[in-house]
Amino acid sequence: MASTVVNPTRMELTRLKKKLVTATRGHKLLKDKRDELMRQFLDMVKENMALREKVEAGIKAANTNFVIAKAGMSEQTLHTALMAPKQEVKLELSDRNVMSVDIPVFECKTKSADENDIYSYGFAFTSGDLDDAVKSLSDILPDMLKLAEIEKSCQLLSAEIEKTRRRVNALEHVIIPDTKAGIKYISMKLDENERSTQVRLMKVKDMMLEEAHHYKENQFK
Amino acid sequence: MYRIAVLGDYDSIYGFATLGLEIFPVSDPEYGAAQLKRLAEGDYAIIYITESLAAELEKEISKYREVMKPAIILIPGVTGNTGAGITGVKKSVEQAVGSDILFGGN
Repeated sequence: MASTVVNPTRMELTRLKKKLVTATRGHKLLKDKRDELMRQFLDMVKENMALREKVEAGIKAANTNFVIAKAGMSEQTLHTALMAPKQEVKLELSDRNVMSVDIPVFECKTKSADENDIYSYGFAFTSGDLDDAVKSLSDILPDMLKLAEIEKSCQLLSAEIEKTRRRVNALEHVIIPDTKAGIKYISMKLDENERSTQVRLMKVKDMMLEEAHHYKENQFK
Repeated sequence: MYRIAVLGDYDSIYGFATLGLEIFPVSDPEYGAAQLKRLAEGDYAIIYITESLAAELEKEISKYREVMKPAIILIPGVTGNTGAGITGVKKSVEQAVGSDILFGGN
């Protein structure tokens, strides 16, 4: 352990004791933070999984619809129909603080007030399948936005949890035991010093008394 | 105000244009990497990317994993679902907990 190189002085002892108090307190706080982050994360990641499954199924269905639509009309007509999109989506990005992790909150704004204003073509030359395809895709858009928000939050939270967990472990298994060992070493050393001073004083006192009264010489008189 | 981008092969993403998302058709990964970098540095808050393209841009995507903007979200392309999106969710559980205790195994 690294604690073997500490100076056995009272000042160092006070410093280490203070450090131990801070480390213990920090450890407790970080542990609480980790537990709370974990609780939030587990809730969120379950939602993330459910949303993802929903969105993936939705996109799959929409893709099938598009393939059907494509089959029913010429490629040129399809491209022309989708060439100039009518709708435009803008995002307002704000953040929410969860245990000092900033997670994003997206607010979606469409250009035209009517959200269903998504058909960028006249209905004369396109098949009805295309309308269905576009509709099915537009139905999952809100879920896709929610998924983006939740999935990003999960990624940010998991990174923070990993960091916090490392800090907790470092405090618990390295810093706190090291400091305790240091404190023990110094107090032992100081006690030892004190005992040796005591013994030295007793010895000196004996010698001085001997010199003054000559006990040994008078012993056998 | 931020915008939303969709990145991938043309067949998988052309439908999103009708919803008002901006599509960026990409066929080769090298061009995709450059495009992704450009979009991430621009004002796009969400970038949807097809799983097949994402598989080739793993390194670039992981760079943006721990920053708030942009959110890079994998979506299945027209060729089918490779499961990469689900794997991504499992990966964050693994990073947080140490092992995948929620959706383990399958």
